[in-house]
Amino acid sequence: MSTTETTASGVGPVEGAPVYTVDNPAPLIEAPRKRTKKSPKSTRGNFELAAWLFMRLSGIVLVILVIGHLLIQLVLDGGVSKIGFAFVAGRWASPWWQVWDLLMLWLAMLHGANGLRTVINDYAERASSRMWLKALLYTATVWTILLGTLVIFTFDPNIR
Amino acid sequence: MPAGTLYRGREGMWSWVAHRVTGVLIFFFLFVHVLDTALVRVSPEDYDKVVATYKTPIVALLEYGLVAAILFHALNGLRVIAVDFWSKGPRYQKQMFWTVMGVWVVLMAGAIYPVLGHAARVLFGS
Repeated sequence: MSTTETTASGVGPVEGAPVYTVDNPAPLIEAPRKRTKKSPKSTRGNFELAAWLFMRLSGIVLVILVIGHLLIQLVLDGGVSKIGFAFVAGRWASPWWQVWDLLMLWLAMLHGANGLRTVINDYAERASSRMWLKALLYTATVWTILLGTLVIFTFDPNIR
Repeated sequence: MPAGTLYRGREGMWSWVAHRVTGVLIFFFLFVHVLDTALVRVSPEDYDKVVATYKTPIVALLEYGLVAAILFHALNGLRVIAVDFWSKGPRYQKQMFWTVMGVWVVLMAGAIYPVLGHAARVLFGS
């Protein structure tokens, strides 16, 4: 049998840090799941952290984009009664409003899709229900984002 | 409070419930809204015909409800961000909730005339 590695402190090097020091005379117990050089690489990545952060960052931007959108469409200059093809053509003649609407479309769709993904994960109890509901959600989301993007980029004020 | 539930009631839980409900409603409207706007790519007449339904009194009332959902979701979302990122956020979550409700009531009162005025003129004449 080969000799087991030991240090002066009598504790093996697996957990890394020296166990006793002058400042720390009591044994130091490491957290059970602390990641060390020897622990295997995580296979999960940080998707949920990124999704959580995205909800907050996109949320702040959406507050500005959506409330501006509501003011223009529903409050200013006659409210909803002014909206029509001519009004849309007038606004999308400007790249500013094209970019505004494009950004709002992408952020709102992704923000909403991630929110509904969370709702599905919370309430659909069977694995197969979760799978099908999310498949439907992702399909509808991708189609709607692509449709909206296509409409903004290919809009033709002289269609008739 | 029934035994064995994680739900704790009060401002914390009900704001979370309302955030979910309003979020799902807004997301479903967004699908419809992208589709109706896509009609500008079909023909001006078809687009104007569909947008005309947005100008009827019943849909105006639904629009007021949409504004209510969006404003609550926006204001409470800012509260959630404050709870997550501000060191004193969790301690003041209740006060922030009632601030959200106060600002929401003021904005909703301000939205009555712009959003519902057109419907009122249609219904009662101007």
